[in-house]
Amino acid sequence: MSTKVKKMLFILSKATIENAYAAFVMANGARMEGIESEIFFTFFGLEAIQKKKLEHLHVATVGNPAMHIPTMLGGLPGVEALATKMMKKEMEKLDMPPIGEFLEILSDSGCKLWACKLAVEMFHLEEEDFIDDLDGILTIGDFYNRADQEGTQILFI
Amino acid sequence: MKKLIANREIDVNEEGYLIDFKQWDREVCECIAGECNVVMTEKHWEVIEYLQDKHRKEEPLSIRGIKRSGVINIKEFYNLFPGGPLKKSTLIAGIPKPKSCI
Repeated sequence: MSTKVKKMLFILSKATIENAYAAFVMANGARMEGIESEIFFTFFGLEAIQKKKLEHLHVATVGNPAMHIPTMLGGLPGVEALATKMMKKEMEKLDMPPIGEFLEILSDSGCKLWACKLAVEMFHLEEEDFIDDLDGILTIGDFYNRADQEGTQILFI
Repeated sequence: MKKLIANREIDVNEEGYLIDFKQWDREVCECIAGECNVVMTEKHWEVIEYLQDKHRKEEPLSIRGIKRSGVINIKEFYNLFPGGPLKKSTLIAGIPKPKSCI
C-alpha cells in the first residue's frame, strides 16, 4: 500500500475559490496518504493567505465556460457574489472547511505554507498581512531546493 | 479473503480492512497496530473508540471531524498514526477506510 510519490509541491498562482480549493484538497489529500506536501503562494495566490482577504475569495464567472452562463451575464454586478455564495453553500454541505479553517488543518497536518518573495514585494505586503501559520517567505530557488528527494512532484495551479 | 491475525482467521478486504466488525477485539487491534508500527497507548485507544463510535452512528469521518472531535487535535493525530492517520487508524479500529477526499 505504498505510493511512489513521496512529496507534492504546489504552486498556487490564482485565488479564485476553485483554484485555491483544488490546491488545498490535493495538499491535504497527500498528507492523509502519508505523502509530504507544501504550497508556494505566488501572485494572486497570495490573497488566499492574507488575513483580511482569505475569507473573501470568489469563483470566476467570466471567462469560465463551465459556468454555463453567458460571459456578459457573468460580468453583471452581483453575479459573481451570487455564484460564490451558492458554491460555498454546496461546499458546506460536503463538510468542506472554509479557507481559513482549511489553512489551519493543512498547517496542523504538517503541510508547509510559503509566500513568494517576489510577489510579496510586488504587492507591497508585510509579514503581518499573512496568516500566523505561514512558514516563511521564499524565493522560487529556495522552493525548488525543497524538491530534495526522489519522488517529488511540482504542480502549478 | 482470510488473514491470520492474532492466531485467528479474520475476514479482510484486499487492503486489509476488516469486513466484519464482530471479529474485532483488542487483541486483533494490537496485532494490526503492530503491523502498522504503532504501539497502542491510552490516547490511541481513546481515538479508536471515537472512530468506532462515529462508525456506529454512521457519521462520515474526515480530518475536519477530527479537529472538532474534542478527543484529539490534528497534530497529535498525525503523531499517533504516522503515514496517513485516518487510513491507519480506521484499519486498526476495524472499520472501513473513509471514502471522503477531505
